[in-house]
Amino acid sequence: MTAVARRARGATSGAGRLAAALLSPTFVVLGLVVGYPLVAALRESVFREGTDLDESGFVVEGARFVGVDNYTAIFVGESAARFWNAFGNTTVFTVITVTLEVLLGVGMALVMHHAIRWRGIVRASILVPWAVPTAVSALLWRWIFQADGVANAMIGQQILWTTEGWQAKFAVILADVWKTAPFVGLLVLAGLQIIPNDVYEAARVDGASPWRQFWQITLPLVKPALLVAVLFRVLDALRMFDLPFVLIGSRKESVETLSMVAFDEASSLRFGPAAAYATILFVYVAVTALVFVRLLGADVIGAARERARK
Amino acid sequence: MTAAAQGSGTLWKRVLTFGGLGLILVYCLAPFYWMAVSAFRRPSDQFELTALPAPFSLDNLTAVFSPAVGFGRSLLNSLIVAGVTTILTLVIGVSAAYALARLHFRFKNAVAALIIATSMFPGISLLVPLLSLFTDIGWINTYQSMIVPSLSFALPLAVWNLTAFFRQMPEELEQAAMIDGCTRGQAFRKVILPLAAPGIFTTAIITFIAAWNEFIIALSMVNDSTMQTATVAISRFTGAYGFDQPFGTQMAAGVIVTVPLVVVVLMFQRRIIAGLTAGGVK
Repeated sequence: MTAVARRARGATSGAGRLAAALLSPTFVVLGLVVGYPLVAALRESVFREGTDLDESGFVVEGARFVGVDNYTAIFVGESAARFWNAFGNTTVFTVITVTLEVLLGVGMALVMHHAIRWRGIVRASILVPWAVPTAVSALLWRWIFQADGVANAMIGQQILWTTEGWQAKFAVILADVWKTAPFVGLLVLAGLQIIPNDVYEAARVDGASPWRQFWQITLPLVKPALLVAVLFRVLDALRMFDLPFVLIGSRKESVETLSMVAFDEASSLRFGPAAAYATILFVYVAVTALVFVRLLGADVIGAARERARK
Repeated sequence: MTAAAQGSGTLWKRVLTFGGLGLILVYCLAPFYWMAVSAFRRPSDQFELTALPAPFSLDNLTAVFSPAVGFGRSLLNSLIVAGVTTILTLVIGVSAAYALARLHFRFKNAVAALIIATSMFPGISLLVPLLSLFTDIGWINTYQSMIVPSLSFALPLAVWNLTAFFRQMPEELEQAAMIDGCTRGQAFRKVILPLAAPGIFTTAIITFIAAWNEFIIALSMVNDSTMQTATVAISRFTGAYGFDQPFGTQMAAGVIVTVPLVVVVLMFQRRIIAGLTAGGVK
């Protein structure tokens, strides 16, 4: 035992260097594909492409430095209406889909947790929506939501789901919830399974109703797993792109998200404004993550590690 | 038997649970079922609402592979992009995961947090500058223009999953090997790596599915239809038959893209769930 301990301590002293060597390939790659683009986006966002006239009336071509003009155009200038609409859509989609996904996901997890038989089949089927590519699921819902599609047939209405308006928002939310609520359910189920049985037995001996057991035992104990799931879902929903893009289409006011605006600008080769949108979205995501971790104490690393240890 | 199950002797509770299970099954599978049913209808009765395709037809499936659609090439592209991304990710990520799981060094939590944080950055924030960079160096319409950005989400995902798997393995394994005279590197190669094979395999599946399902990178980096990946190609199908949008063909292609994934997922569902919940990452 002491020999092992000594060896382990010996390993610790050299561990820093070894760790650096082992981690460096990952950090080099992440630096190139994540670090560089973030910095480059910030740099690009203060330039603007295209032909323009300078102060003395000469024609200038190519990217030129415009300072914060791209940002002022987005926040208060010519693009403000489009930006705030996309900002609103992104936020509304995130809040509504994550709320619904948490409610449904907790429900699913509770049902699966209580089931003795059939649990395997249901757990397997719950992976199906996760495995379907988002773009394909968007097409599937577009098909379901056709004017003479199965959705209208079931409710006996003639709603043009994939046209501008509340119904397009509804379609996007429904399709997103379908795909990701089961995933939340899986994460919550994993959290439920590590709650020891004796806690419930003690509660039952004390005469706590199932309802009270849920609010006072299950929910507090599953909270870490739930918060991690919510954090990941929120950050994922904030960058939503595939679903509204394929289900409804690009440049549709009712469903345009920040990712879609940035993509649209970039595909029109307006890299400066596109980079500004991309940077704003990045800041929005980063601030949300920070606030989340601070306010709700979502211990991402710790919670994941706790569960990994089981 | 769980504590909850012991208490569920009452009939109504059992009914409730079974009803709930049924609802979950319908919820998860009904839309998928509708995709399959629509894929096997004749294009002429594409808009029928019967629960089974009658008559059963493979016309939509054959249309997917007709030369005009060229979906076989798109599948190959997806396979190459997702396959290479998965292999690169594992080769690069496995050593980082080992370091995070086993070594004790300063700033370990910060390093782990940084890696997981990179997977949360919005794809579009990385894509805009990469798009202009790749335009400049002539990478548009190449495999590497899709593979390199895919590493940005695949690598953190894989490192995270692998770390969880390495952590589950008893530390005594390496200690025993090291007492027997192995260096840490040898202990890793000869003891840990073979034993971690299931975890590495699961990580490979999860990474592959994530890369296979990727959309926005492939959409931005490629405008040549012969280089399109499957997800982008499906969304851009133009009608082989006279409808505005060739839904039958698209549903058939959707089935082709999804069924292999679903089969793999069902085969390895226990491991995949363990990987997903340990990583806590999509």
